[in-house]
Amino acid sequence: MSANSSSSLSIRDLHASIGDKPILKGLTLDIPKGEVHAIMGKNGAGKSTLAKIMAGHPDYTVTSGDVLLDGESILGLEPDVRARLGLFLAFQYPMEIPGVTIANFIRAALQARLPEGEELEATDYYAKLYAKMDALSVPRNFTSRSVNEGFSGGEKKRCEILQMAMLEPSYAVLDETDSGLDIDALKIVSAGVNALRGPNIGMLVITHYQRLLDYIVPDKVHVMSEGRIIHSGDKDLALKLEAQGYDWVEKEFGESGTRAA
Amino acid sequence: MSTETKPDIDIDRSVGDFRYEMDYAFDAGVGLTEATIDYISDVKGDPDWVRAFRKEGYRKFLEKPMPTHWATKDLESIVFENIRYYLSQGQVPKRTWDEVPDDIKRTFERLGIPEQERKFLSGVEAQFDSEAAYSNIKAAVGEQGVIFVGSSEGLKEHPEIFKKWFGKVIPSGDNKFSALNSAVFSGGSFIYVPPGVKVKHPLQAYFRINAQNFGQFERTLIIVDEGAELTYMEGCTAPKFETATLHSAVVELVAMKGAKIQYITVQNWSSNVFNLVTKRGIAHEDAEVKWIDCNIGSRLTMKYPGVVMKGKGARGEVVSIALAGDGQHQDTGAKMIHAADNTTSNIISKSISLGTGRSTYRGMVHVPKHLKGCKNNTECDALLINSHSRTDTYPAISVRGQGNAVQHEASVSQISAEQIFYMQQRGLSEAAAMSLAVNGFVNDLVQQFPMEYSVELKRLIDLEMEGSVG
Ligand SMILES: Nc1ncnc2c1ncn2[C@@H]1O[C@H](COP(=O)(O)OP(=O)(O)OP(=O)(O)O)[C@@H](O)[C@H]1O
Ligand SMILES: [Mg+2]
Repeated sequence: MSANSSSSLSIRDLHASIGDKPILKGLTLDIPKGEVHAIMGKNGAGKSTLAKIMAGHPDYTVTSGDVLLDGESILGLEPDVRARLGLFLAFQYPMEIPGVTIANFIRAALQARLPEGEELEATDYYAKLYAKMDALSVPRNFTSRSVNEGFSGGEKKRCEILQMAMLEPSYAVLDETDSGLDIDALKIVSAGVNALRGPNIGMLVITHYQRLLDYIVPDKVHVMSEGRIIHSGDKDLALKLEAQGYDWVEKEFGESGTRAA
Repeated sequence: MSTETKPDIDIDRSVGDFRYEMDYAFDAGVGLTEATIDYISDVKGDPDWVRAFRKEGYRKFLEKPMPTHWATKDLESIVFENIRYYLSQGQVPKRTWDEVPDDIKRTFERLGIPEQERKFLSGVEAQFDSEAAYSNIKAAVGEQGVIFVGSSEGLKEHPEIFKKWFGKVIPSGDNKFSALNSAVFSGGSFIYVPPGVKVKHPLQAYFRINAQNFGQFERTLIIVDEGAELTYMEGCTAPKFETATLHSAVVELVAMKGAKIQYITVQNWSSNVFNLVTKRGIAHEDAEVKWIDCNIGSRLTMKYPGVVMKGKGARGEVVSIALAGDGQHQDTGAKMIHAADNTTSNIISKSISLGTGRSTYRGMVHVPKHLKGCKNNTECDALLINSHSRTDTYPAISVRGQGNAVQHEASVSQISAEQIFYMQQRGLSEAAAMSLAVNGFVNDLVQQFPMEYSVELKRLIDLEMEGSVG
């Protein structure tokens, strides 16, 4: 057990499946508060599945292993309880909620974090919301638009980061937040994410592109394949992956696996 | 995931679910015969023409079969012999709350009616079982010549206007329940707005059923004269009884040339009320009749507000929200009868079915062949919240002739598990997520309710959702 497990998001030898199809096959990863880790890996490696399992998606069954948030297992908790404990997931495919405005949605989410009987202060709320929107270049009129309804791919991603900025999680998983963003938007969103970086948050950034990691510079980079982490390194690993692909890592891992067996 | 069992929340838990014991001075007893009708006419001191109108209604009620050939068989569960048709303390409606007997006043205070009156209404009528306990209009509004009284007072004090329209928009034999209402009606409002008067704040009626095995049969007649405008709101509740209760109202609206009537209903009946209501308005030339209807609760609601567009350029609109909770059936819709050129009608209906709740939409749009330039738009959207829910749509659109346009859209949607997960990931409980999604579904319609009512509506939806998840 790592020394700082009491302030980290820690995934321990996690096995999980959907139906009887195993997807995570012994995944171990530790994201200490204050650090940004990146996960890269081929399509279908299980990256989004990992994110959803941490968040408590009901479709997946954890067959063994554990997920600890600041040292406490969260596997038995409802998704909303995990969220209120400080876990945030920026979705690869954010859902549309027709008729529910962004302003009301974020407000309800913040209200849910207050003790019973306490009301969110509306003026402060809007001041903060507008400030964060401006920082992310989200037009003001978005507050009255329904959550993700009719949003472009990039607008959806920006809106995920807006929610993250408003909810101030202690751990955030960003699932391909860069996909669908144009170059300018990528810079804006990265700046938004960097603004949230600090000693009080741990982040796991899932991406296919080294380019994102030029803007959001990770402390560590992990390679995921077939439901496991097969290789970890520093930020330069991303460059190497970009240049050489995944085959060499898989090969190396295969050999080490054979040796271990 | 969590294994703790959630408490079984009573879905009728709401502000309306309480009741005080009452002594009634006037009680027509149980069951319906001609003697019951004479009793009611005697107590109310009806003029002869009203007594005759009641008897004719009674005959038609007996003649007409239950409409179970198209409507639900559940109607057969109504046992007319077991119902009490008239209960009152013989009260004349009071003009101040101080004069209202304490045992009745506390009910309305608990429902917040006097407070609402002070805050945002032009006048209030509060009906308790068969009769209004309170009826008052703000002096400034009264001085403009607006009449706002109970139906009994209306027919006695203002016969020249009352008789002209009473039973004309909805003939007593329109259907079995309008016939029943015609036989035993009591309470409801009579409103007259003189030409050109635009009543600024809404008039409101509140209908309260307190007695068990009881039938409430209010009768409302609203006439808005040329170029005048009125918004009327009604709210209804009843406590939760073991036995079935019947609410069968008739509401007739008349909008004269260029007049506008907006009639808003928020019903929150307890789950054993049979709510069988006939509502229709006539819109004369360039007039507008708009029904905004929200049906929550009841065991069975059958209600199809209608507009007869009698004059050129008249407009009719029905905006309705129905929420069918577990075991409930909301059978609602709209009737649009185009009877002049260039008339326009619009129907927007949204229904939500929860658990074993069932929603039915029945729409009727009629445009005869000889008319020109008529338009109808119908949208009906159903939201189903779990696999037992059921929804049916029966649109009957008969549009003939040329140059008339109809547009019909219908959709059935569900709140997906992925949407709920997404919302839960933001920290909302499953029930809160459901509520938010349901409120989102009806949001565009809720906007059309006055502020005070839209807040109440949201609260009622939240209560229903709380009880249905878990
Ligand atoms: N609900 C599901 N039903 C069946 N298979 C599923 C389900 N969810 C995920 N899978 C499968 O699990 C595997 C991992 O999927 P996942 O979405 O986690 O991949 P990913 O690494 O995020 O890929 P990408 O880079 O394309 O986003 C895939 O083979 C996918 O088809
Ligand atoms: Mg993915």
